[in-house]
Amino acid sequence: MERLSKSEIIFRILSYFFVTIFAIMCLYPIIYAFSVSISGKVAYESGQIVFFPKDLQIDVYNIVLLDKGFWISYTNTLFYTIFGTAWSMFISLTGAYVLSKDKLLGKRKWNFLLVFTMWFSAGMVPLYLNYLELGVNNKWGMVVGFGVQAYNIILLRNAFSSVPKDIEEAARMDGSNEFQIFTKIYIPMSKAAIATVTLFYAISRWNGYYWSRMLLKNAQEQPLQVYLRTLIENYQKLYDESVVAGNLAYAADSLVYAIIICSIIPVLVVYPYIQKYFTRGVNLGGVKG
Amino acid sequence: MEIKMREPKAKKIFKEIKKEWQLYLLLLPIVIWFLLFAYKPMTGLIVAFERFEPSDGIFGSEFKGLSNFINITSGINKTAFWGAFSNTFIISLYGLLFGFPIPIILAILFSEIGSEGYRKITQTITYLPHFLSEVTITGIVITLVYSGASSRGIVAQVLNTLNIVPEGVKIIETPNYFRPMYIITGIWKESGYNSIVYFAAIMGISPVMYEALKVDGGNKWQEIRYVTIPGMAPTLIIMIIMRIGRMLSVGYERVLLLYHPNTYVTADVLSTLEQRLGIENGGNPGIGSAIGIFNSVIGFALVISANKISRQVSKTSLW
Repeated sequence: MERLSKSEIIFRILSYFFVTIFAIMCLYPIIYAFSVSISGKVAYESGQIVFFPKDLQIDVYNIVLLDKGFWISYTNTLFYTIFGTAWSMFISLTGAYVLSKDKLLGKRKWNFLLVFTMWFSAGMVPLYLNYLELGVNNKWGMVVGFGVQAYNIILLRNAFSSVPKDIEEAARMDGSNEFQIFTKIYIPMSKAAIATVTLFYAISRWNGYYWSRMLLKNAQEQPLQVYLRTLIENYQKLYDESVVAGNLAYAADSLVYAIIICSIIPVLVVYPYIQKYFTRGVNLGGVKG
Repeated sequence: MEIKMREPKAKKIFKEIKKEWQLYLLLLPIVIWFLLFAYKPMTGLIVAFERFEPSDGIFGSEFKGLSNFINITSGINKTAFWGAFSNTFIISLYGLLFGFPIPIILAILFSEIGSEGYRKITQTITYLPHFLSEVTITGIVITLVYSGASSRGIVAQVLNTLNIVPEGVKIIETPNYFRPMYIITGIWKESGYNSIVYFAAIMGISPVMYEALKVDGGNKWQEIRYVTIPGMAPTLIIMIIMRIGRMLSVGYERVLLLYHPNTYVTADVLSTLEQRLGIENGGNPGIGSAIGIFNSVIGFALVISANKISRQVSKTSLW
């Protein structure tokens, strides 16, 4: 162990202290939400839940899991996440590959046109009118019209640029064509970046709210986030106005938290497995366009 | 390259594309997508100069010159517009002031954690909120600060006990509490994740620099002041430029989910006003679009100037 000076020891102790505090703060609202969701009405309403649950009940989870609207929106979100991510990846991978090639005529101009969209957007109203005009206000429209981001394409492009050129040249000598070089060399050699970007796209599809709310008028097509929000808006009101609430074993807040917990469980489950990819991806892509 | 082949340019390009047709075929999807969903909407900006009628379409509506702009800057919507305008700046300025240093401090603290296992665990935990949706996060926030007839969220309880917020006050509906609530939510959600780039920058600083300072008898504070921070400078500058460029595009989704008609006075930003006046319940797209143009143009000007200034001052720039 290296010898530490006094200021280093103080700093190290402070570092441990603050990092621990911050980590607890990051986790706390989620733990609290979970604890409230499984606590009894009386314990919650008298302000007894601080960290651990009390007077356990799981009625709320029964209600959520038996709710038809919840499952419809859940299935829709799975649909948007799976097909949407696949579509976003198709556009981004092919685009990033070509944009990384020096032989592309006007390479700099194409790349500029891509980066430009990061800094200048038409704004919400023109986007909205455009979506209506192109008829993306339905299930497949949401998949096709959304979720391609310049930043992610740049990440992939940079990864493709760093693939050694001699492998490609050797393959060309052997008669490989562009498609083969793309799928057999570049894609396998950029796995980390591809995993990262897939993750980014999947998360943004899973979490997408605003445009689904604006464009999807049919409740049968709405994703989980929209459904969740409607519940959050209405349960508060129901809670204040309802007379029967007094007879239930759970508080209305427990129900809201239960729905929130159910919606983040998939994220929490895959998170430990994927977290190593995104740090690698963020560092490898850098922040520069 | 293109100047050289001036004479038979078109022919040469055509020949090149024919030879490399597979490459250009692969370029097609991205070009079509960005044309349809990023560049085509930009033509819709002319709606800002029209009295838009859905039946007449974007190009068929009556041209009204600057009347929509006059409407928002000095007409019936001027109070809402200038309110949203200053809110946008104030909220992003607060965000910059409080939100920007925290990830940097956090990255420095992480780099001081001796045990790699503990560091990785805490890092992983602090990145987590970034991946939760705005609906989830704001749902939790709303319930945490909720103060109703029969129950109070834990944050409302604590704030009541500490006498920061009087009992019975609905935090979500009180204008004064919106900005702190918005900023703290943002810090909670993004600080951990934003520390990644700074942490990578610190890890990239050569250990020799630290050794040299130690030989000179420097202490920890001097080390941070003279080695760590200067070593992070390029990353810092890039992040500041990006941040300033996004100043006007305050996370509208979070504002939309956290604000309340009672808090519009402190919470309404240009993008939320744009969608409320322009899209919601039969709004006027012309007016909405005019607000949007303000937002986009000023935002774009901000990135360009921030980039220019930093190129001159520090030789670091985005492009």
